[in-house]
Amino acid sequence: MGTAEDAANARSVRNGWLLSTPALVLLTFAAAGPLLIVLVYSFLTPGQYGNVVWQFSTAGWRGILYSEDIFEPGTFTLADAHLTIFWRSISLSLQTTLITFLVGFPTAWFIATRPPSQRAIWLFLITIPFWTNLLIRTFAINEVIRNEGLLNTVLIWAGLIDQPIRIIYTDTAVLIGMTYVYLPLMVLPLFAAIDRFDMKLLEAGYDLYASRWQVMRRIILPIVKPGIVAGSILVFVPSLGAYVTPRVLGGGKNMMIGNFIELQFGQGRNWPLGAAISIALLLVVMVALLFYVRAANKGSGHG
Amino acid sequence: MADRSFSPSHLPGFATIAVGVFVVLYVPILTLVVYSFNGGASVAVWSGFSLHWYADAWANTAVKEATVRSLVIALFASLIATTVATLAALGTTRRKVFKGQTFIYVMINQPLMVPEIVTAVALLIFFASIKVATGYQGLGYLIVAHAAFCVPFAYLPIRARLEGMDLSLETAAADLYASPWQSFRHVTLPILLPGIIAGAMLAFVISLDDVVITEFVKSGGQDTLPTYMLGQLRRAITPEVNAISTVLLMLTVVLLTAFFLLTRKRD
Amino acid sequence: MTADTAIEARDVVKAFGQGASLVRALDNVSVTIRTGEFFTLLGPSGCGKTTLLRLIAGFETPTSGQILLDGQDITHLPPNKRAVNTVFQSYALFPHLTVAQNVGFGLMMQGRPKAEIATRTDRMLALVKLEALAGRRTSQLSGGQQQRVALARALAPEPKVLLLDEPLSALDLQLRKEMQIELKRLQHETGITFVFVTHDQEEALTMSDRIGVMSAGKIQQLGTPRDIYTRPSSRFVASFIGETNFLPATTAPGGARLGCGVTIEVAGAPRAGRVTVAVRPEQVRIVAADEAGAIPATLSDLVYFGTDTHCHLRLSDGVEIVARVQSAVGGEAQFAPGQTVGLRFAPGAAQVLED
Repeated sequence: MGTAEDAANARSVRNGWLLSTPALVLLTFAAAGPLLIVLVYSFLTPGQYGNVVWQFSTAGWRGILYSEDIFEPGTFTLADAHLTIFWRSISLSLQTTLITFLVGFPTAWFIATRPPSQRAIWLFLITIPFWTNLLIRTFAINEVIRNEGLLNTVLIWAGLIDQPIRIIYTDTAVLIGMTYVYLPLMVLPLFAAIDRFDMKLLEAGYDLYASRWQVMRRIILPIVKPGIVAGSILVFVPSLGAYVTPRVLGGGKNMMIGNFIELQFGQGRNWPLGAAISIALLLVVMVALLFYVRAANKGSGHG
Repeated sequence: MADRSFSPSHLPGFATIAVGVFVVLYVPILTLVVYSFNGGASVAVWSGFSLHWYADAWANTAVKEATVRSLVIALFASLIATTVATLAALGTTRRKVFKGQTFIYVMINQPLMVPEIVTAVALLIFFASIKVATGYQGLGYLIVAHAAFCVPFAYLPIRARLEGMDLSLETAAADLYASPWQSFRHVTLPILLPGIIAGAMLAFVISLDDVVITEFVKSGGQDTLPTYMLGQLRRAITPEVNAISTVLLMLTVVLLTAFFLLTRKRD
Repeated sequence: MTADTAIEARDVVKAFGQGASLVRALDNVSVTIRTGEFFTLLGPSGCGKTTLLRLIAGFETPTSGQILLDGQDITHLPPNKRAVNTVFQSYALFPHLTVAQNVGFGLMMQGRPKAEIATRTDRMLALVKLEALAGRRTSQLSGGQQQRVALARALAPEPKVLLLDEPLSALDLQLRKEMQIELKRLQHETGITFVFVTHDQEEALTMSDRIGVMSAGKIQQLGTPRDIYTRPSSRFVASFIGETNFLPATTAPGGARLGCGVTIEVAGAPRAGRVTVAVRPEQVRIVAADEAGAIPATLSDLVYFGTDTHCHLRLSDGVEIVARVQSAVGGEAQFAPGQTVGLRFAPGAAQVLED
């Protein structure tokens, strides 16, 4: 009793920490730690050829929203170009989340209601795109929507259009690309939630005169809400920080936050600005995650 | 008389949308694969079956080097990540929840929560200063970076397997005079092994596929296969990229099939 | 078919599977359930009772045959269009809604005004004595409470028929007995036709107005509890309901001649040849071994059950028979193993069975 149990507990805790140490060290060194460095760099001055000068400055943070007038140093105007990029990122990410939900929910429902023998195959089929290289998938969509791509070729061959429809290098192309690439990320958590759903509740709903629409609205959606939230976060967060997809499908012009950050470390030569935007992005993501944790906990019947 | 059974789980239109989604998901990939075998370079024209793009890719020294580099990094990164993740899984499961355990979870799963671009930038800055200080320019940075973000992917299947294990097995071993180490070696480890292998494979695939972090962390000339392809996409796209993509795809499918078979619930 | 028929099933067949694996869960079942009665479908698992219930509810459609509700053919009507409500075995309470919201769900789906939903819900909760728990989440309730919520929810829309799918099977014995009384009371108060499914024959006997005993997809016997118990029509019914002694015999003048040589009176006019005589243990009287007309038997075992004692006896031809004797006040054994006694059957208690 008493002390013997306490000693055993203490040993268990110590072992827990000991075994976790290598992981903690690796991740502090190569993931979490460097984030602090980014924070520091966001408050420094840009060097002339990139990198930084160790001098405190808030120019990095100010530069997110304001650009300094070249001809009149000291005056700051709202940087429309920056705002366009932020707005595009948020707008496209929200649209991607919405579209992936609208098509992903029926897909997840479909897989979850297959007979058990079939279900593994469907899961396997939805997982392959998930693990396929992001670049390959972006490139595959590129092959379909570019001017000489599959879509235009088929439409011209079918006589429906004369000239290829220009989709590539527009916001629409990026939207299509992101929806395509992140769809499995919406389907999998939705599937997990629907899999746990008690189908008998549907029978109870119909037994009590609910129509199909009412069953969906009043029974299914409220109960699988944690899955919806998880899927939405899993799509929204990577969309917001997308880099490859807008680069390949948007060309240089339709930048999203990820490309904008990269610019600062390349031609833009403004590391502090890049660092500041990165931290800002991280904060937005953290807030979104907090919402997720809150919503997930609420849904587990604590209310 | 027709048996028009009422199915409670049937929602109208859902099956159509679902099948449509599967089709839409696979058409681009299949197009890519099919056209890697196209003799000509255009999607509009099928010039006959040919493997010459594969041959071209194989002959391309840049591609060869990138491939070798990808495999080397993936191998070392997955080894490190799996080892570290196994230890962490052992440390965080099947014991009373202790204070700070949430902190460990957050740290381990951090790569899943932080956008890749942010981590990429962070490592760029961090490694840049180390490069200046030590002059080391080798693959070490990439291996360490990959190992870090592969950890959560190795961790999750191992942890799942560990939690599904019957505690009474180790108790039985102890009852039969096994020391903690013997119990681990002869009971825990063998049963855990499929989970560890699954975690390693997942880590390997994740490392192979990484684009963003690799792109930012690499030094000049240190292309991996994905960054090489990204570079190619800036210039004229030839079906050589299709060929490389198809090979990578096949590798992923093979590894994924093995993963599915390993983690299938055996009753 | 008269105006006071609530449910009628006509030649209903329900088959699952195909070809070699074809299984007839219901094999040409026809049954009429009267308005306002407490009707029970009783049988072992796999007999088809739940399938029949689901056909009435609308969750399945028959392979052939018809289901009628108040004279209307509802065979192909979806469940949300039938004035029939179900109490599920697993309760199927909506976890994201409170008790009150669960109870009011059917009314909400019917589009009734909020005020009406509120008053009906209150009344239902009072009926099942759960008013205090109206705002609770269903996951916080005990099994018995959940059961009553399921009941209230199904009764709230005032259906024509209430279906209950083994609703008491998850409750412990004490709670089950209380709920049995509750259900009878509710049925009387509301006057709604109850169709109750169970495998527990004691439950069926105590609660039902009529019982349909089912086996292998067919109704073996339909009747009041008294009929079913005292006059089982087949060996299956006789052995499923209560306990029965089965004695091989041959028809003889005066009744049936047992293997041990004694001829006993039997009810009804049996056909000639070999028959099976069925007699309930409580109708077997133990008398003195030398009493005239008694069947000689030896006691092999006595099992004390509190209220009565089961005496296991063997006849001279080796046939085993059980007699139930009411226990003495002090519980002392009235007989001893090895003792030779005589047996008599109560008049009219011995029956000849069909198979």
